[in-house]
Amino acid sequence: MSRFLLEIGCEEIPDWMIVPALRHLQGAVQALFDEKLPGARVERTEATPRRLALFAGDLIARQPDTVELVMGPPKSAGSGAAAGFAKKNGVTAADLETETTPKGEYFALRKKREGREAVKVLAEALPKLVLGIPWPKTMYWTSRSGSRFIRPIRWITALLDDSVVPFEIEGVASGRHTHGHRLAGAEPIEVTIDDYERQLAGNGVYLGAAARRERIEQGMAKLLEGRGNRIEPDAALLETLVYLTENPTPILGTFSADYLRLPREVLSTVMRHHQRYFSIEDAKGKLAPQFIAVMNTGADPDGLVRHGNERVLRARFNDAQFFWQGDLKRSLESRLEDLKNVTFQAQLGSYYDQTRRVAALVESLGGGEDAARAALLAKCDLTTSMVKELTELQGVMGGLYAREQGEPESVWRAVYEHYKPLSMDDSIPATKAGQFVALADKLDTLRACFGAGLIPSGSKDPFALRRAAQGVVKILVEGETGVQLEETGELGEFLLDRVKYYFREVRGFSYDEVNAVLAAGWGNLPDVLRRLEAVRAVRPTADFEPLAASFKRIRNILKQAGVEKRGDVDEALLDSEAERALFAEMNAVTGAVHAAGVSYSRALASIASLRPHVDQFFDQVLVNTADERIRANRLTLLCNLLTEFSTIADFSEIVTEKAESGTHSS
Amino acid sequence: MSKPYSFQRMMFRLKQYWDERGCIIQEPYDVEVGAGTMCPETFLRVLGPDPYRVAYVQPSRRPADGRYGENPNRLYKHQQLQVILKPAPEDVIAQYLGSLEAIGIDLSKHDIKFEEDNWESPTLGAWGVGWQVMLDGLEITQFTYFQQCGGVDLDVAPAEITYGLERLAAFLQGVESVYEIEWTEGFSYADVRLRDEQQFSVYNFDAAEVGTLWKMFELHEGECQRLLAGWAKSEDKDRYPVLAAYDHVLKCSHFFNLLDSRGAISVTERVAVIARVRKLAVGTAQLWLRQQTQETAA
Repeated sequence: MSRFLLEIGCEEIPDWMIVPALRHLQGAVQALFDEKLPGARVERTEATPRRLALFAGDLIARQPDTVELVMGPPKSAGSGAAAGFAKKNGVTAADLETETTPKGEYFALRKKREGREAVKVLAEALPKLVLGIPWPKTMYWTSRSGSRFIRPIRWITALLDDSVVPFEIEGVASGRHTHGHRLAGAEPIEVTIDDYERQLAGNGVYLGAAARRERIEQGMAKLLEGRGNRIEPDAALLETLVYLTENPTPILGTFSADYLRLPREVLSTVMRHHQRYFSIEDAKGKLAPQFIAVMNTGADPDGLVRHGNERVLRARFNDAQFFWQGDLKRSLESRLEDLKNVTFQAQLGSYYDQTRRVAALVESLGGGEDAARAALLAKCDLTTSMVKELTELQGVMGGLYAREQGEPESVWRAVYEHYKPLSMDDSIPATKAGQFVALADKLDTLRACFGAGLIPSGSKDPFALRRAAQGVVKILVEGETGVQLEETGELGEFLLDRVKYYFREVRGFSYDEVNAVLAAGWGNLPDVLRRLEAVRAVRPTADFEPLAASFKRIRNILKQAGVEKRGDVDEALLDSEAERALFAEMNAVTGAVHAAGVSYSRALASIASLRPHVDQFFDQVLVNTADERIRANRLTLLCNLLTEFSTIADFSEIVTEKAESGTHSS
Repeated sequence: MSKPYSFQRMMFRLKQYWDERGCIIQEPYDVEVGAGTMCPETFLRVLGPDPYRVAYVQPSRRPADGRYGENPNRLYKHQQLQVILKPAPEDVIAQYLGSLEAIGIDLSKHDIKFEEDNWESPTLGAWGVGWQVMLDGLEITQFTYFQQCGGVDLDVAPAEITYGLERLAAFLQGVESVYEIEWTEGFSYADVRLRDEQQFSVYNFDAAEVGTLWKMFELHEGECQRLLAGWAKSEDKDRYPVLAAYDHVLKCSHFFNLLDSRGAISVTERVAVIARVRKLAVGTAQLWLRQQTQETAA
């Protein structure tokens, strides 16, 4: 069995694209193996900004020979036909055999197909396979008709054991050479599969992402040892740095404590988002005047790198200080007029218009005075220098400026938090006013965009409406706004989709529970949650799923019979014990379910207690009886049963083993 | 360690470096531009199949970036060293790194990273992919493989290397403010350029007469349109002044920038004005290409 190593040497690939590309490469090579070199396995893939590498094993040296049976004319067609068939296949009639089929005897040829050598199979498939890696944005680097890739391919290492797998991409021929870290120089390095990773390490490249991650984490821990300080965790930043470097080495830098007078949000954003530094806090959780930068080189012998990074950070902080002081010279409120010149969206007017709409919406939702004030100020930071520079602080800066300018806490906090939640993992605004502003802001965006026909389709969602809708749902469920969702039409469906997503993916309810509960109404989302929890609680009890199966059966019966409306059951027509028992029990349970103060789970337990009576009914009673009046009465009984007890959840949506295994007939 | 290069010696050294690598060394273009990319030496030369290699320092005016000479790192006018290598040689990045060594940066003692940064100019109908090059956390260069210019897909992909010279010099000389850069012995950057920054900030932000700026914009737009429209009927296409039309595109772009820094263009208008300039840029690029192909045919 042979081993295989592939390395695509590139100019620096954007960090965030590397992992998905590697995953695709692994899948594509494995698919190639499965089709053409059965038994071979991709064992490992690794990447740095300058290389995608793949290790595989268990490759057969050549494909097994195969025999293909080519059927010719029937024997009855005679030797002339046989000769023609033989000639067409490049053999003589003597090479033909006779194949007996149910239709009779035929001339046939067993064609031997020699298996191809693995090296040839690979050489043929790899160029297309490599160039088939999907990237978010590709380029050409030779001519317009040349190959496209994420960045220019500069070398290719392709070894099958000790031999080169020969192929070429855009003028670059594969070979047995790789390149080290840029600082190791441009000289190619000859490698074998065995020493490839070791040679890279000797030339300044840590091939494994795990090794680079560990170097960063351990290096940072060492830099902070014994000081009681710690980095502010930032998993995304760590991943970025892992794929932005081949030889990551953290260094500790400091800045003047004077800058700590600036808001922590500003300092932290400059460090983390703009400079890709880790920010550091002290034992009490306060920001420390330190940072950690991760170099793409092994050491900083003369401290020049630290000095340089400190210098850059100082300049950035000076700018921020300048913005902070400058922005505070004007009141936030006075910037409202300026929003007339800031486009919200070409078809939807300015941010001034948007602000007016949101403020009105906050009021009509019953948000109160502080929320209304916050809604008015929420977008005013858009014209500040700080937000023009640090756009990700939009909202947050407004809150900080509002605080600085003496707005009460419930107002400035509402401004500060009104973009929350930024994701499903993010928390919703902590204050009620904040929840109203955040909700109104998102609802307005949704209504305005849907109104203008700017509806997301597939993966295209330029206005991040999914995130907005997700935020609406999260705030409504987890907040205390008491706001009901009344959207209908396309926006209603869009929101319903997000509601389902939220309860399934975020809260972990199963899809049938969600469908069942939502079928009984979804305007009041906290209530939906309570009903879901009750369903989840009662579901494992013995009676529930059988009852759900029966409800499904009832729904099918009613559907077939065309019965939709409930009515009055004529007791005189209840002619069997089972019917009368069910009717009596229904009335008793109805009382228990609808009594004041009954929790959903107790109500559901009561409903579940109907199960023996329902079972007995179906065991003993035939709904489709010949007597039309009795039949109608029975259908009414079932209809009442279904509607009466479907206000918490539509149990017929619950998937039970019984219900899935077949359809029921009455 | 020897004394770092002065600003002008650093420029000499970089020009010399690229001269040694076969580049034409050009002088700055004499019409206002926002970036070296806009000079005909880049914008027009990257079009078509002919190889070209050129390097030049280009003072680049960005009126909205002015800070009255009060901000240590922001300038209304900064100097770019623009290098165009068409086609891009295989070792283009190594060549670029060599240029940093040439001006005295010992890369074994510094940290270089290439971070994704795709360049796009809606005004020029141009885009490319590439990186910002970070030296010890400082962005010193924009490196771009051009893909499209004037709305035209390029026949060969050139590499464009744009050095921010003030930043590089401040880095080399270890000064905190660009104004402290030693231009040459006895003269600082402030001595040479501070008045420029002060007065043009005042003009760009406060003093420029908006009506006049609009008139200038429209005059140049009109002249450019006239030239573009005249091509079809021209009987002497070899000598047809496409290059002059392009000067007017640059003028339009400059007056647009001035109007913008003057706060005279609302965000809604902005898109429309950019589209007007873009239309001229695209029209000129297309004529230039036709003129070139016609020349080869003749």
